[in-house]
Amino acid sequence: MGTITFTEYDGTSHEVEFADGESLMELATSNGVPGIDGDCGGEASCGTCHVIVDDAWIAATGPRSDEESQMIEMSPECAPNSRLACQLKACAGLDGLKVRLPEFQM
Amino acid sequence: MDAGRVVIVGASHASAQLCAGLRQGGWAGEILLIGDEPSLPYQRPPLSKALLAGEATVADLLIRKPEFYEKERVVFRQARVTLIDREAATVDLDDGETVGYDRLVLCTGARPRPLDIPGADLAGVHCLRDAADTDAIQRTLATARRAVVIGAGYIGLEAAASLRKLGVDVTVLEAADRVLQRVTAPAISAFYDRVHREEGVDLRVGVGVAAIEGDAAVTGVRLADGELVAADLVIVGVGVVPNVELAQDAGLAVDNGILVDAHGRTDDPAVFAAGDCASYFDARYDRRLRLECVSNAVEQAKTVAATICGKDKTISALPWFWSDQYDLKLQIAGLSTGYDEIVLRGDPRTGRSFACFYFAEGRLVAADCVNRAQEFMFSKRAIGEGLSPDRALLADPETPLVSLLRAPSVSAG
Ligand SMILES: Cc1cc2nc3c(=O)[nH]c(=O)nc-3n(C[C@H](O)[C@H](O)[C@H](O)COP(=O)(O)OP(=O)(O)OC[C@H]3O[C@@H](n4cnc5c(N)ncnc54)[C@H](O)[C@@H]3O)c2cc1C
Ligand code: FES
Repeated sequence: MGTITFTEYDGTSHEVEFADGESLMELATSNGVPGIDGDCGGEASCGTCHVIVDDAWIAATGPRSDEESQMIEMSPECAPNSRLACQLKACAGLDGLKVRLPEFQM
Repeated sequence: MDAGRVVIVGASHASAQLCAGLRQGGWAGEILLIGDEPSLPYQRPPLSKALLAGEATVADLLIRKPEFYEKERVVFRQARVTLIDREAATVDLDDGETVGYDRLVLCTGARPRPLDIPGADLAGVHCLRDAADTDAIQRTLATARRAVVIGAGYIGLEAAASLRKLGVDVTVLEAADRVLQRVTAPAISAFYDRVHREEGVDLRVGVGVAAIEGDAAVTGVRLADGELVAADLVIVGVGVVPNVELAQDAGLAVDNGILVDAHGRTDDPAVFAAGDCASYFDARYDRRLRLECVSNAVEQAKTVAATICGKDKTISALPWFWSDQYDLKLQIAGLSTGYDEIVLRGDPRTGRSFACFYFAEGRLVAADCVNRAQEFMFSKRAIGEGLSPDRALLADPETPLVSLLRAPSVSAG
């Protein structure tokens, strides 16, 4: 259990409670966070769940996988801390995590 | 915005997005979600993939958790809508009740096209559209060893791949002269043909099916040339037909889909449609389309939600699709219909990774990418931005894709 904060491109923040093991994509869609679609249901196939991890948290989340890089790096908004939210699982170590959303999903 | 009641018919991909979109757009009134399946909206694509292969259950596949609907004050009701009375602004349910609406959204989707041959109703013969179908297939699979899949479209081929994973013998029968004929270039059909054979599928193209045989349960499939292919499980995947009857009976315009405008509106200002059941005019491809994919259901639902909330949005996102078979992850951006040239990056004749780009009059219109996530995302962006990347450079595996996104390049002949 813990909370994760999603901040939309316009600055609106959503603090969301999680149970261990849920992906950030599931958390966002089940809590009505706008801007994360998750079209493929979490298969790393669609790229519509792009989030950018707050600098302070990058050590805790670790870097993105190759598979994620292939998808995200074509986005004009790709940042060094960009991740696919469906590939990032919430766990105790990520309690308090902050991520922001790009302006557009691709 | 007047707060009234939105009634949504059909509980699946389009409606799950619609519920979220309505609340995000500021709809304060009631939302009543009516669906004839027992479950809240669940992911349909895994039915032929993880679910069929026994790697997931429907409960794992809910698009949004039950708490979402509670929190967003969406009332789910399991019932079938049998009639729309537009004058009274009500719908009749099969449990005898009548419910009023201020806005009505039809998300009725599509149903499997029935196979009109003798024996199609024998036990052990299944279609594959909803969770109940997968359950029924699983029950047959408890004893089945030999499966026949009729139809080599995406769903048929995915089913074949999942069944092979389970160690079942599989024969695929296709009437056209190649697999995926309706949706891809010959080079891609040849690729999937090769892979399915490599994986042990008995694949037959250009064959007619005369009947399904058996006493109570299926024992075989009779081909048009007289041959009998033994089978204790048959999966029929010969396409879908849109569920338009409700709309049609209510006098709404229908033509292979419920006709909607770019904002998702039917010709009745209180009635909207989204998803597999809706036909809209696509500005990018300059023609009327009825698509059958999740991305389209999501985009149309977003558009309808915005329209109901008084915002100006049109159906505009690039449609895309995916298909998982064996170790192949196919991602498709855009629609290839009407292409006049293909460009290959990688070689589909060997190995299992390449991309096929479709051009029409020099413009990139679609791409089929097998185990090529980067090419897929490149294509989504390039097509979305209307780019026409240089074809020779695109075909050259040494060209970094990012370099092709920079200059708004002119088409090189
Ligand atoms: C096996 C399979 C694999 C697929 N794989 C992919 C894939 O990999 N990628 C992809 O993008 N797409 C895939 N699709 C297509 C995708 O699932 C559909 O495009 C999507 O489900 C469309 O959503 P929808 O909300 O428009 O309608 P549907 O999902 O068809 O849902 C409509 C719902 O409305 C209900 N309904 C209909 N009439 C009534 C009524 N009168 N009253 C009450 N309820 C009613 C139906 O029972 C159904 O539950 C696949 C589909 C199948 C079947
Ligand atoms: S949900 Fe599709 S890539 Fe994450």
